[in-house]
Amino acid sequence: MTNLDIWTYSVVGFTFALYIGIAIWARAGTTGEFYVAGKGVHPVANGMATAADWMSAASFISMAGLIAFNGYGASVFLMGWTGGYVLLALLLAPYLRKFGKFTVPEFIGDRYYSQTARIVAVICLILASITYVIGQMKGIGVAFSRFLETSYEMGLYIGMGIVAIYAVLGGMKGITYTQIAQYVVLILAYTIPAIFISLTLTGVPLPQIGLGAGYVEDGAQTGMTLLGKLDQVVTDLGFKEYTTQVMGSSLNMFVYTLSLMIGTAGLPHVIIRFFTVPKVKDARYSAGWALVFIALLYTTAPAVGAMARLNLMDTIQVGPVGSEEGNLLYEDRPEWFKKWETTGLLVWEDKNDDGRIQYYNDENPEFAEQAESYGWAGNEMVSVDRDIMVLANPEIAGLPNWVIALVVAGGLAAALSTAAGLLLAISSAISHDLLKGVFMPGISEKNELMAGRISMIVAIIAAGYLGLNPPGFAAGTVAIAFGLAASSIFPALMMGIFMKKMNNTGAIAGMLAGITVTLLYVFQHKGIFFIPGTEFLMPEMGMGPDWFFGISPNAFGAVGALVNFVVAFIVAAVTAPPPEHIQHLVEDVRVPRGAGEATGH
Amino acid sequence: MTPENRAAYWKANVRLLVILLIIWFIVSYGLGIILVEPLNSIQLGGYPLGFWFAQQGSIYAFLVLIFIYAAAMNRLDKKFDVDE
Repeated sequence: MTNLDIWTYSVVGFTFALYIGIAIWARAGTTGEFYVAGKGVHPVANGMATAADWMSAASFISMAGLIAFNGYGASVFLMGWTGGYVLLALLLAPYLRKFGKFTVPEFIGDRYYSQTARIVAVICLILASITYVIGQMKGIGVAFSRFLETSYEMGLYIGMGIVAIYAVLGGMKGITYTQIAQYVVLILAYTIPAIFISLTLTGVPLPQIGLGAGYVEDGAQTGMTLLGKLDQVVTDLGFKEYTTQVMGSSLNMFVYTLSLMIGTAGLPHVIIRFFTVPKVKDARYSAGWALVFIALLYTTAPAVGAMARLNLMDTIQVGPVGSEEGNLLYEDRPEWFKKWETTGLLVWEDKNDDGRIQYYNDENPEFAEQAESYGWAGNEMVSVDRDIMVLANPEIAGLPNWVIALVVAGGLAAALSTAAGLLLAISSAISHDLLKGVFMPGISEKNELMAGRISMIVAIIAAGYLGLNPPGFAAGTVAIAFGLAASSIFPALMMGIFMKKMNNTGAIAGMLAGITVTLLYVFQHKGIFFIPGTEFLMPEMGMGPDWFFGISPNAFGAVGALVNFVVAFIVAAVTAPPPEHIQHLVEDVRVPRGAGEATGH
Repeated sequence: MTPENRAAYWKANVRLLVILLIIWFIVSYGLGIILVEPLNSIQLGGYPLGFWFAQQGSIYAFLVLIFIYAAAMNRLDKKFDVDE
């Protein structure tokens, strides 16, 4: 075993032991504890748990890479995945907490006095959450296979086992307290390397400030800002200017950001976290605290992305662009480069047979002539996987082995905490909404708790199975999970609170219209349930790629939400208003007093 | 609580929401996307300003908005005697 292996096994082993210890301490004895942690979680603690719940393997591992290669364009993720908390705090969380029940479909079913509405919500919830959880399962398998030298399958089984212990035993209660521990692990793992790297490149320890600071080379200020330097380095090689490159168009960025914000606010596994605090007041503050803990990572990520990109470019382009010695000799490539080549995430191909690495944008026609005059025959870095940006960051920056081990534990914490939250949302929808709500209304408390645990086990096995055999739709997390949450769940919840006259037919018609429009657009581009070959774009009828005002399918949830609102308004206007007691329910949800008495059954 | 009182509380709440959501819109969509190009000609701590709003400033603003909302609603709850 190498020194790094010992560190990795110790750090990961220690964190897993901690999670199991918490699971044994926080067992659930009632359905209230199992679904909503007995509504006794402190708002700051809930904020921390929400942050871990929210920040997935994608936030931890992939986001900085997205930023590194998309520059300004990646702002859609930064704003979209944080701005949703404003909507959640102002428009949903306090009222849903006042309503005081266990699940999101339960509110939709009660408010719209309709089992159909509840079942539509359950289907959306399960589809969105399953798509999301497969990504986490894959993240766990990949982290294990890459760093702990086990097979992907073994890694996945270990991950399933750990989640099973604390989620089955403790339900929401166990999940909450392990998520708090997982947050601490993941935020340390993310920020420590970022601080070191920021210090090396700018002399400023805070990455949030360092990203704007002056660029330091060999210990001396260069008179350029880091961003200015990065802009220059990438444009010299034909890439788009980092600080101004857009994603699609400005309109696409606008709609994309809006879709992610609305989707974030409508994701059930996040919403149910706000059912765990004692009071309405706590739900409001707790959303603020959640965003504090999320912002710690999200304001660091732009620095990690930009600095990793600069490090990568500088590693390869060692001298002036176009000069003989300007490009790194393949033989001289650093250790981390070799290591990541074996995983296939970095692939080099010597196109002009000069033994040196040329990394530039060969798809830029304006740069082609210049590249040819240097004797370059195409971009030789055929594959640079974006996930490397976070995973290899400590090695690129030459940080000690314990930091690398911590990053592994952090990635696992991010994946495990999100998986557990999603699995709880799925299992409570099955045991509480389907079983108790629809099929067996007379089920006893004890049996429902047992049913909750069994559905949790089934959900974990299903998620594990899908992680081993990922279906096509697993790749569509943003399109499916955020699309469904934005186009169905968020509008239904918001109208339920803010429009007293919204009725069952309006809400159901709106949800179905929103889902249909969104999924049609996504499937049209990416295939029906992402099955290759089933795309049905029709360029001859004006329906080519991104035909709807240049909006990409991942960004379409906001359009679906708009359709949902419009259809719901029209249908509700021509059908009977909701009965008296429902209007009273809405009035009651709007005032905080009495939240303590409202209970789950 | 009288129906009038209830309506007044709700109206005050919605008014606060609208103001805060307008700011939410301006800091992200306004300054981070729509006006990003002109703002980028201004520098803030080494950042082009529009870029800063899109990748840093909007997130800080979101945070502040939620805490302002929570504090203002606390006061409103007490004023209308609907606090817990």
